[in-house]
Amino acid sequence: MIKLKGKSVYKDICIGEIFVYKKELRIIKRQKTENVDDEITRYKTAVEKAKKELAVLYDKAVKDVGEVNAAIFEVHQMLLDDLDYQESVANIITAGEVNAEYAVATTADNFFAMFSSMEDEYMKARAADIKDISERLINILTAHESAAMRIEKPSILLADDLAPSETIQLDKSQIIGFVMRNGSTNSHTAILAKSMGVPALMCVGDRASDELNGKPAILDGDEGVLYIEPDEAARQQLEAQKAEIIKRKERLRELKGKEDKTRSGQEMKVFANIGNLADLGSAMTNDASGIGLFRSEFLYLESNGYPTEEEQFRVYKQAAESMAGKKVVIRTLDIGADKQVDYFRLAKEENPALGLRAIRICLTDPPVFKTQLRALYRAALFGKLAVMYPMITSMEEVEDIKAIEDETRKELREQGIPFKEDIETGIMIETPAAALISGDLAKAVDFFSVGTNDLTQYTLALDRQNQKLERFYQPHHKAVLELIRMSADNIHKEGKWIGICGELGADTSLTETFLEMGIDEVSVSPAMVLEVREKIRETG
Amino acid sequence: MKKFNYVITDEIGLHARPAGALAKEAAKFSSQIRIACRDKEADAKRLIAMMGLGIKKDDEVTVSAAGADEETACEAMMDFFTANL
Repeated sequence: MIKLKGKSVYKDICIGEIFVYKKELRIIKRQKTENVDDEITRYKTAVEKAKKELAVLYDKAVKDVGEVNAAIFEVHQMLLDDLDYQESVANIITAGEVNAEYAVATTADNFFAMFSSMEDEYMKARAADIKDISERLINILTAHESAAMRIEKPSILLADDLAPSETIQLDKSQIIGFVMRNGSTNSHTAILAKSMGVPALMCVGDRASDELNGKPAILDGDEGVLYIEPDEAARQQLEAQKAEIIKRKERLRELKGKEDKTRSGQEMKVFANIGNLADLGSAMTNDASGIGLFRSEFLYLESNGYPTEEEQFRVYKQAAESMAGKKVVIRTLDIGADKQVDYFRLAKEENPALGLRAIRICLTDPPVFKTQLRALYRAALFGKLAVMYPMITSMEEVEDIKAIEDETRKELREQGIPFKEDIETGIMIETPAAALISGDLAKAVDFFSVGTNDLTQYTLALDRQNQKLERFYQPHHKAVLELIRMSADNIHKEGKWIGICGELGADTSLTETFLEMGIDEVSVSPAMVLEVREKIRETG
Repeated sequence: MKKFNYVITDEIGLHARPAGALAKEAAKFSSQIRIACRDKEADAKRLIAMMGLGIKKDDEVTVSAAGADEETACEAMMDFFTANL
């Protein structure tokens, strides 16, 4: 048995035979030419043909792997149009009086070296694109037909790295895993593996030689290990693990449509956090019981100017209608700190996390706030919408918000625009201040949701983005959990409900603690909904 | 010459796809359009050269246009950057 290590990009296990994918090596000969113009014409014709081939590949890729993954073939067409590339080829042909193939190969080497030497991982990976388009040109110039390799049975594909045009020509129904000798975790193969949902190891090195072709192997994406000719013990263990993974996926699927209740009948609803309408689909497929946090920022971040009331209304209405009667909590504008939008023209701040952000911007600029509230009140007629305000620290803020809410409703009434009068409103607990005065706040609003990421950062005075602070970061710090418990007690005393929408909500090692505190709802990323539901249902 | 500064907000920076679209957009104008970032500069009509700048998120770039249609070119560039980058 041989064990080879690599960087795993998808956690799953696959068992099968190795299939070695070989590129054909061709030597490009340097040939003197009398007729430079003919060579340049040959090159130009080849470029046009290559672009046509890429257009066909693009269409195929859109069908096979979706538009996002297909975009690379569009980029390849653009690269073929690049003036530097074209001039380089033409110059080499003219100056050296050489054949087009040779000029393309030399140009490819130069640009390949340029991209490989860049610091940025993404740009480094683009060297492969240069190689790919150049090989395509050379194939056309030498009238070489590149036949896709046939894979006869489900296999683990082993190669140096795969170019996008190679991955698209492979029969993906026969690939159960990828092992790349080189290739970064940002490469196309890595992205493809993730979108196919199969394990893949990158940077395995040359020990994964061509001689492994046909050998039985197991790829363990959890540990990042490729076992070649695994011994009986390893095989049994990994087969058991694989069976476990399959069972787990099935078990989670069976939880769709089930209640978010413990064995003793205590309910803690599992909602989903979403960042745009596209996420809505995955919240629905994972059977979220509602949307506990709809971040409305994308409307502002993806736009060149303030989104209009109509634009916002359409989005909120669609969310309300799609969830068909399930609750959708929309958080009002939360920009500032790490989320900046140009047209808000916010001044640079010494300390943005403690600066002009979220509700503070809304209260400083009421017209912007009112536009969002109007859209929300109108959309609330189409489903069960609730509004939630971020970064609250005082009762005065809540009073100011109420005044603006009243004005907004009055204006809508006067204009005769239909809207929902009694929309549920809530507050985020993200600061120790909000937790400490939660009893007062609970008299003023209908519900709360704890943003544990910010609450942790503000309680522990610790910036989570700062890697040097990692050793000081305690996600389960007692101070944070006590603030949550205290808030839950205060809020329940007033007969209101409390949810958790930060990362801690998805931490199943805390699910029992939250149940014990009486938390009414947890909102997690769509992919985590069923796992948290399972944990709740297993609890006594 | 017309110019403006812009801070990149795209997570991956000036990556291949928007750079390609940018080169296409720039090619519509006769003016010379250049992009400068840190101490490097590239022709906005040349995709590979622009990618070579290695422009990342939060980098500030200076876009300049010089020529007969510099006014409209600069406006088009501004629109392109705010919409895509």
